[in-house]
Amino acid sequence: MSSNHKRLSMGGRIDREQPVDFTFDGRKLAGYRGDTLASALLANGVTLVGRSFKYHRPRGIFSAGPEEPNALVTLGIAGRREPNLPATTLELADGMVAESQNRWPSLAFDVQSANGLLAPFLSAGFYYKTFMGPTRRAWMFYEHFIRKAAGLGRAGTDPDPDRYEVRHAFADVAIIGGGPAGLSAARAAAAAGARVALIEQDFLLGGQLLAEPSDSAAAAWLRQTEAELESSETVALMKRTTAFGIYDGNVIGLVEQRDPTNRQPVGEARQTFTMLRARSIVFATGAIERPMVFSNNDRPGVMLASAARTYLNRFAVLPGKKIIVATSNDGAWRTAFDLAAAGAEVTVADLRASLPAALVAEAAQFGVVVRAATHIVDLRGGHAVRRATLNGPDGQSEAACDLVCVSGGWSPTVHLTSHLGIKPAYRDDIGGFVPGAFAADRFGAGSMMGAYSTAGAIEDGHRAGTQAASFCGKSGPAPTPSKLDLGETAAAQLREVLPAGRGKAFVDFQMDVTTGDIELAHREGYESVEHLKRYTTLGMGTDQGKTSNFPALAAMATLRNATIPETGATTFRPPYTPVAIGTLAGRAIGHHFKPIRRTPMHDWHMTNGAEMLEVGLWMRPYFYKQSGRDVNEAYVAEMRNARQAASLMDISTLGKIDVQGPDAAIFLDRVYANGFAKLPVGRARYGVMLRDDGIVFDDGTTTRLAENRFFMTTSTAKAADVLSRLEFLLDTAWPDLRVAVTSVSDEWAAMSVAGPKSRAILSAAFPALDVSDAALAHMGLLESEWRGRALRILRLSYSGERAYEIYVGATAGEQLWSRLLEAGRPFDLKPYGVEALGALRVEKGHVAGPEIDGRTTLDDLGLGRMAGKRTGFVGDVLRRRPAFQAPDRQRLVGLECIEEGKRLRGGAILFLPGEKPYGHGRGRVTSVTFSPERGRYVGLALLAGDVASEGSEIVAVYPMKTETVRARIVSPVFLDPQGERLHG
Amino acid sequence: MARYSAFSIFRNALSGQKNWQRAWRAAEPKPSYDVIVIGGGGHGLATAFYLAENHGIRNVVVLEKGYIGGGNVGRNTTVIRSNYLLDGNTQFYEFSMKLWENMSRALNFNVMFSQRGQLVTAHSADQLDSFSHRANIMRLNGIDADILDRDEVRRLVPYLDFSDTARFPIHGAIFQGRAGTARHDAVAWGYARAADGHGVDIIQNCEVTGFLRDGDSIVGVETTKGRIGAGKVGLAVAGHTSVLGAKAGLELPIESHVLQAFVTEPLKPLVDQVVAYGADHFYVSQSDKGGLVFGGNLDGYNSYAQRGNLGVVREVAEAAIALMPCISRVRLLRHWGGVMDMTPDASPIICPTPIGGLYLNGGWCYGGFKATPASGWCFAHTIATGKPHPLIAAYGLDRFRTGHTLDEAGAGPSAWLQ
Amino acid sequence: MLRIECPCCGPRDHDEFRYGGDASVTRPAHDDPDPEAWYRYVYVRTNPAGLHREFWQHVIGCRQWLVVERDTRNHAIASVDLARKLSARKSPARKPPA
Repeated sequence: MSSNHKRLSMGGRIDREQPVDFTFDGRKLAGYRGDTLASALLANGVTLVGRSFKYHRPRGIFSAGPEEPNALVTLGIAGRREPNLPATTLELADGMVAESQNRWPSLAFDVQSANGLLAPFLSAGFYYKTFMGPTRRAWMFYEHFIRKAAGLGRAGTDPDPDRYEVRHAFADVAIIGGGPAGLSAARAAAAAGARVALIEQDFLLGGQLLAEPSDSAAAAWLRQTEAELESSETVALMKRTTAFGIYDGNVIGLVEQRDPTNRQPVGEARQTFTMLRARSIVFATGAIERPMVFSNNDRPGVMLASAARTYLNRFAVLPGKKIIVATSNDGAWRTAFDLAAAGAEVTVADLRASLPAALVAEAAQFGVVVRAATHIVDLRGGHAVRRATLNGPDGQSEAACDLVCVSGGWSPTVHLTSHLGIKPAYRDDIGGFVPGAFAADRFGAGSMMGAYSTAGAIEDGHRAGTQAASFCGKSGPAPTPSKLDLGETAAAQLREVLPAGRGKAFVDFQMDVTTGDIELAHREGYESVEHLKRYTTLGMGTDQGKTSNFPALAAMATLRNATIPETGATTFRPPYTPVAIGTLAGRAIGHHFKPIRRTPMHDWHMTNGAEMLEVGLWMRPYFYKQSGRDVNEAYVAEMRNARQAASLMDISTLGKIDVQGPDAAIFLDRVYANGFAKLPVGRARYGVMLRDDGIVFDDGTTTRLAENRFFMTTSTAKAADVLSRLEFLLDTAWPDLRVAVTSVSDEWAAMSVAGPKSRAILSAAFPALDVSDAALAHMGLLESEWRGRALRILRLSYSGERAYEIYVGATAGEQLWSRLLEAGRPFDLKPYGVEALGALRVEKGHVAGPEIDGRTTLDDLGLGRMAGKRTGFVGDVLRRRPAFQAPDRQRLVGLECIEEGKRLRGGAILFLPGEKPYGHGRGRVTSVTFSPERGRYVGLALLAGDVASEGSEIVAVYPMKTETVRARIVSPVFLDPQGERLHG
Repeated sequence: MARYSAFSIFRNALSGQKNWQRAWRAAEPKPSYDVIVIGGGGHGLATAFYLAENHGIRNVVVLEKGYIGGGNVGRNTTVIRSNYLLDGNTQFYEFSMKLWENMSRALNFNVMFSQRGQLVTAHSADQLDSFSHRANIMRLNGIDADILDRDEVRRLVPYLDFSDTARFPIHGAIFQGRAGTARHDAVAWGYARAADGHGVDIIQNCEVTGFLRDGDSIVGVETTKGRIGAGKVGLAVAGHTSVLGAKAGLELPIESHVLQAFVTEPLKPLVDQVVAYGADHFYVSQSDKGGLVFGGNLDGYNSYAQRGNLGVVREVAEAAIALMPCISRVRLLRHWGGVMDMTPDASPIICPTPIGGLYLNGGWCYGGFKATPASGWCFAHTIATGKPHPLIAAYGLDRFRTGHTLDEAGAGPSAWLQ
Repeated sequence: MLRIECPCCGPRDHDEFRYGGDASVTRPAHDDPDPEAWYRYVYVRTNPAGLHREFWQHVIGCRQWLVVERDTRNHAIASVDLARKLSARKSPARKPPA
């Protein structure tokens, strides 16, 4: 057969000058610019497009829009492979590679279509009733085969080579839907002075008007209105853009497709995810035509009547020659007339006994055969329909056909309004659901509100657009409402499911749910709409049941002998049409996902052999490669150097907070468990903060810079939380305190010099400063300048050695770091990383993250004496609760390996010697290090107070490595308990 | 009640599916019951079943304001695991796991419990150490647990990002082989059908509007279908515990928060295990129908709205791509929200209450689904005997006053940070 | 996305803010020694299905803590105010500077 043999020689909104080549299942085909994949397939006579989910029945093209349940294809290859796309929404582009799905070995011959023979056993929910034996794990065996059979398309395995963009947008009035109502609303809102975003999923504006002939009055109206909107500076026409979800705050999620016909898309995003924040929203989302339910109604060649008209008038494709139009309403007659005018032999089978005389007369002019009070009960044909069985006043009859157009009226598209929790309300006069009450900033217009005529939709849109603009305070002079009357009459809606023949009658095509399944669900008591959905899988497909929802409700209502509103309405969930996960992720992929944070000395570390470790997004030196072959060797060497000479550490990641004000000391007295009010100016103090529930929150040092000014440091991890907490207390609890806090974390680079030679190094680095013990005692402060930038030196020690923390303006951080290393070279100053830092603090018995784990109290950590008898600080009262005072409460202890060669591990569970290692034990090891000082592994542990007597033995069990290590309970301070080295 | 089996399917197929019975009766409320269970979700239905099955208490009604299984049992991401750290949690969730392993046969309803295994990726040596601590506790409590290195993870889940450019390189993982998923709706229906088989009445579309009192005790409820008397009343309405608790006069440490769940279009098998991302809030499994089912973090503000915000959708998508770049073009089909009872320590509350005749089962945070059978079992015991089952001894309401909280993450006491 | 009308910065997405929970609970005085008062402040929540007074801090913005009244059933925001303004009203008058 020749290419495009179903294409008419003229008409349509395709560009015959621009042919487009594509392939379907490897077959080379051609269409035109302006085609969808579906229209191009139909033009080429391809009717079999896919296989259904469960029974693998042959399926064709059913619709001309996003409601398509059947014609799902996979596009692209390798990393661009994208499954389950409705051919009806794909704008045809050169080189498009499409494949059918869910069939093997081929679409025409699919082995699993044998499932159809098993259909009597595969009724809805059959799997809940079997596959339970013979053994307990039997299901795992059956499931393997079921999983293989399930699923539609196949995901790619390669990374996606395309890029995606995220955009933030704002509008006064967002109008969703570019059909007659939406266009009219946009015109009115723009004229009133509002900034308008008009959102249309199709690549052409017009909605149902696109189904009108391209030389009609409708087409002229469309051209004129579009031109008017295009010339308006305040209207953004967003074509190829789907509003997939409506969220709180009138935030609309949009996905815009790149124009696929653009041949030079280099650098352009494949899709753009826009978060549009609108002050008001006009919903003009239209309506979806209702199918009819009869036996074998899923055969290729069965199509919605409006879709057939769209293929004919928009795409110039005549999808059949011998056509039956089965309908319940006037609208589908237009399809019949247009198809007949294009040369097809057409019969209208209308359910209604009495038909409008005008239509009957018009039918006669077009040579259309009319059969009143007639509906289809069955179809025959495998890969394409061949014959229909009709039931009419004279009984059953057969008719040959190659296309069956169906129309059961229309269902308003209420999906988006449903996202906001607006329950659909049933309107008996139109036999369908419209959105319930809108909030003041939202409006509905056109067929989604039940205004089914074009004239009515345009009028309705005009009203909604004017009101939406007025809500935003825009009420410029109203334009004359534009008019277009296509003479449609109110649609008579099909509200029930008619008796079918013997074959399966499908309600949900994609999920293969039949009227029999609904009957079964009802029989077994799954009769609420949600149970029906979940039991039969109705509406769970990629089309979210856009065509099946109403017929299913109608069928259930009949079975329950209830009205449709009594039977219930479905809650639709976003997205309206499926959205690629990569699109939602946008640019936040690769290193843009949770970007890392770098200290001012980052580049130095990178070029000087640092192995980096990410700590809460910060990149910190883990260890330096020149210190040892691996981390275990390196950290011990770095530790030794700190204890014997001096070491330099980048501590810029610490949180730094400036606290100022006349009541600053009172404030700190309340937020720390230990007192700060009496801290002299120029002195620093270690402090611990509790949460309100008495659990330790964070620790750090705070220095009194002046009477009313303090410099607080926090842990790296809690920097943001501590600041926010301080602000919370000042804003909400103690507004009477005259204190201001602000983060200065990023203003300062910070480094610590630790070790017996640290003072000598400081003297060398800052020859002008007096760093003698008299001038700068332990816990003292020295403020100065270095190369024009502020400098603070605090004599603080975390390692237990004489040590100094040096703070300098961030931009001078790397310079000062290098200067210190240079000055320190004669003293063996070397950089060290966080692993050595952790080891030094363990040896000194300082607690950190593993001990401050959100479950421990001051007393647990052996810090109770810090609070002493103080009261009135955050967390003081609840830290006294009974659980925290229990004798078996786990407390901090030191552990020392009894056997020298053995290794203690963090996360080991502690048991008494001789006790069966079962359950949760008596405690756990929290932090460990090899101690050069003790020549063996030592660690900190939290151990039940009633067994934690120093000197006794404990067993550390580590099942994941089948290790058991004997340890002695000792003081957690392994090194220099008198603190002499601080002054050494 | 006719048993379900391959044979019953065969026989019914031959008779055109006309002879199936209702899975549970459409009952009307009697004037009074021995026990009223409020809430026809997984926990409430399981409680009713075990009251009858384990304690012989069959004069029981389950009252559901909507349709059974319409709350969190039908909204969750169906993950079942028993990898808890703290004494009190570890044993309870393992007991639940054991009940899951026999559930389909016990209920004669295939809940499709599939022990596909669950792994959580680790992205640093420290994180793997902390996972080892957890694994040690699990092993010491007789629970299966493994620590996997990078190569072992790669063999198991090759589709994760093992490239040089991975933002958070994978160091290893903790793995529980017995963890898995189940068909969530089937759990509600299976318990309903089995409870009904024991004579339990299940009343749908029956909202409890108030409590009947005799002195300090509760002796029944007011409903939209009239007054119903009771010897004891069990509350199992997680998500709305505060609302009903207030009607009964209970003061609770619970906040309601939304947790979103997501499902993609159906795909041929890709994800075999349950995979959780140790670097961020994201976890994923694949349903038998083929959809990837995943979730993330709480939306983070009090809500009863059963819908989530777009910001979290974005965050979850970003984490998804970071862990599994190959699903960039896989499309999200649906996302929805469930209302969680969040507690200040992220552990549940099941206990007798200070109000006579009233028993509380709530505060499940986002861990309720996996707990369903054990929760029902232990709550039934607590209602039947008036004393907490030993496995839920740690879940008393009083623990917040005394400080005996069970805070797995150490994130308390702000419920939304859990 | 909630849109919170910050009194300082105008309407902004809620993900610029940090949530601070129930604002209807009263924090005991810093030196209140009553465990019951602290227990109730830290743990007991009315958790209404309806209007909820809650704290939010505009962390990526003015850093002010706000009190927002929001309906937990539909997320509609009824009012936004500076927490400091509201709490200053409740607090004892500040001593004039010496």
